[in-house]
Amino acid sequence: MTPELKGFLLVSVVKLLVVFTVTLVGVALLTLMERKVSAWMQYRLGPNRVGFGGLLQPAADGLKNIIKEETLPGTASGPLFMLAPAMAFIPALTLSSVIHWAAPLRIAFDFTLPLLGRFAYDALTPMAVADLPVGFLFVLAISSMGVYGIALAGWSSNNKYALLGGLRASAQMVSYEVAMGLSLVPVLLLTGNVALGEIIRVQQDNAIGFNWFVLPLFLSFFVFLISGFAETNRLPFDMPEAESELVAGYHTEYSAMKFSMFFIAEYANMVTVAAMVTTLFFGGWDIPFTRWDETPGVAQTLATGVVMFLKVFFWLFFFMWVRWTLPRFRYDQLMALGWRVLLPISLAYVMLIAIAIYLMENVLGLASGLARLAVLVAVNVVLGYVVFVSLDRGILISGSRGRRAAGGGLDRAA
Amino acid sequence: MAEQVFWFFASVAVVSALLVVVMRNPIASAFWLVNTMLALAAIFFLLQAQFIGTIQILVYAGAVMVLFLFVIMLLNLGRGGSDLRRAPVWLLGVVLVGVLASQLMPLAGYTRERLALEYTRSPYLADPEMVFDSTLSAAQATVERGVPGDIAKPLFEQYLIPFELTSVLLLAAIVGAVVLAKRRI
Repeated sequence: MTPELKGFLLVSVVKLLVVFTVTLVGVALLTLMERKVSAWMQYRLGPNRVGFGGLLQPAADGLKNIIKEETLPGTASGPLFMLAPAMAFIPALTLSSVIHWAAPLRIAFDFTLPLLGRFAYDALTPMAVADLPVGFLFVLAISSMGVYGIALAGWSSNNKYALLGGLRASAQMVSYEVAMGLSLVPVLLLTGNVALGEIIRVQQDNAIGFNWFVLPLFLSFFVFLISGFAETNRLPFDMPEAESELVAGYHTEYSAMKFSMFFIAEYANMVTVAAMVTTLFFGGWDIPFTRWDETPGVAQTLATGVVMFLKVFFWLFFFMWVRWTLPRFRYDQLMALGWRVLLPISLAYVMLIAIAIYLMENVLGLASGLARLAVLVAVNVVLGYVVFVSLDRGILISGSRGRRAAGGGLDRAA
Repeated sequence: MAEQVFWFFASVAVVSALLVVVMRNPIASAFWLVNTMLALAAIFFLLQAQFIGTIQILVYAGAVMVLFLFVIMLLNLGRGGSDLRRAPVWLLGVVLVGVLASQLMPLAGYTRERLALEYTRSPYLADPEMVFDSTLSAAQATVERGVPGDIAKPLFEQYLIPFELTSVLLLAAIVGAVVLAKRRI
């Protein structure tokens, strides 16, 4: 091996270890956060016995899950039953490797170790394990693999509740993937690239250093966020689990560490969706209204890392907030929302944004980033009014009061 | 090293494809098919066709196979014996495999030189090094144009009419499916 290849491998392995360790520890802490947030929202204390303020609760849970008995139901299809948790777990963790966690940093070293030989590396290193040119397509592709774990768990358990959960998971995943993929086409239209690094660069690239796509592409963000809830099987869309209808859905028959792996997968998927919302619509690691963060340096990498963490943290909190606020959808409502609301909205949105960009470039001849941002924001305000007020007719967005006024709401629509 | 990686994924693809046919349990077959798709995607990645590889995972391994699985699970197939092992059906299978394999035979004669010749349609011998991008320059082009640009440019310029015709075909299929599934629209 050449010294450059060895240097590259060394950097990659270090990034891998750091990202996966942080993700796994973060996921453990997220389970604690979920319980704390739910307690806070329900005016309780939550876990507070193990460690300082309950901080060691995840460790205690993990230990319990490791020493618990692994049950294997007599009717289950053995190998597939064992394989299912891993198939949910691996894609979920793989996804954390493509996310850019901070501004790129110039890393240079050249040293020689006994036995291993010379290591050389000198490059502007993106703070992602793998800076793939396929970017968010990779995220969509791998997240679509995650459903196999759930579907297989449901099928191999040979339990009717689990099977129903698995069936729901596969139908839900296929439906919402379409809306999710389409909601990202406008992002592609604005950046001309799917690579995440490039998307972040475009979002800081105008005169005021603030071009977050949530403004010019608000409806995309809206559809992506809702589909994100559905893809991670979080409430209000946790149909595969739905404990009030299906006992525990797809993981009814699982115990101990195998159950825990489904749990870890769910939280790792949450982290991915939160990071994707941040990257695609909230500038990734970008610090708004400044261009200081674009020149590489250690201070910039650290500062942008903190900013990225705060943004991701907010979206994780948002997931929990919604979970403990909204009731679960009914299955037919979920399907109606996906196919009859989100899909048409995102299709029409792709068309309109494409027309708007074409007009700006070829008819109006707007070159400045700010002017284009202003035009797209205006387009979004109009479209937002159409979608959330005119088309909605007070059914979904304005809640139960609007539903009573409209008489039936989704029930009637479905 | 790329060659060893290719042989690894190629053998994974072939073995999984065999297991798709051999497995008794339809769910297991479906999963081996997913594995075949993933191995094929890896081969696309080796050819620097990253967009195709990702779409292969997204569409085939991700969406199409989930629907397969959905149907298998919904119909609860494969918990009984199959009558596909009786002689006439079995013979038909052998004949079909023979026909398909014979169609693949011409590919055995292909070399880089011949591919280059057919690609350029020139009457003289073409140098494959000149005709085909090297892996390195292909990777460089991908970085410059972005992954979708690589595919979009020929699709919307050179092959625009076939592309649009294909979409008309797909639309017809969708309309047909709706008409068949819904008696009253």
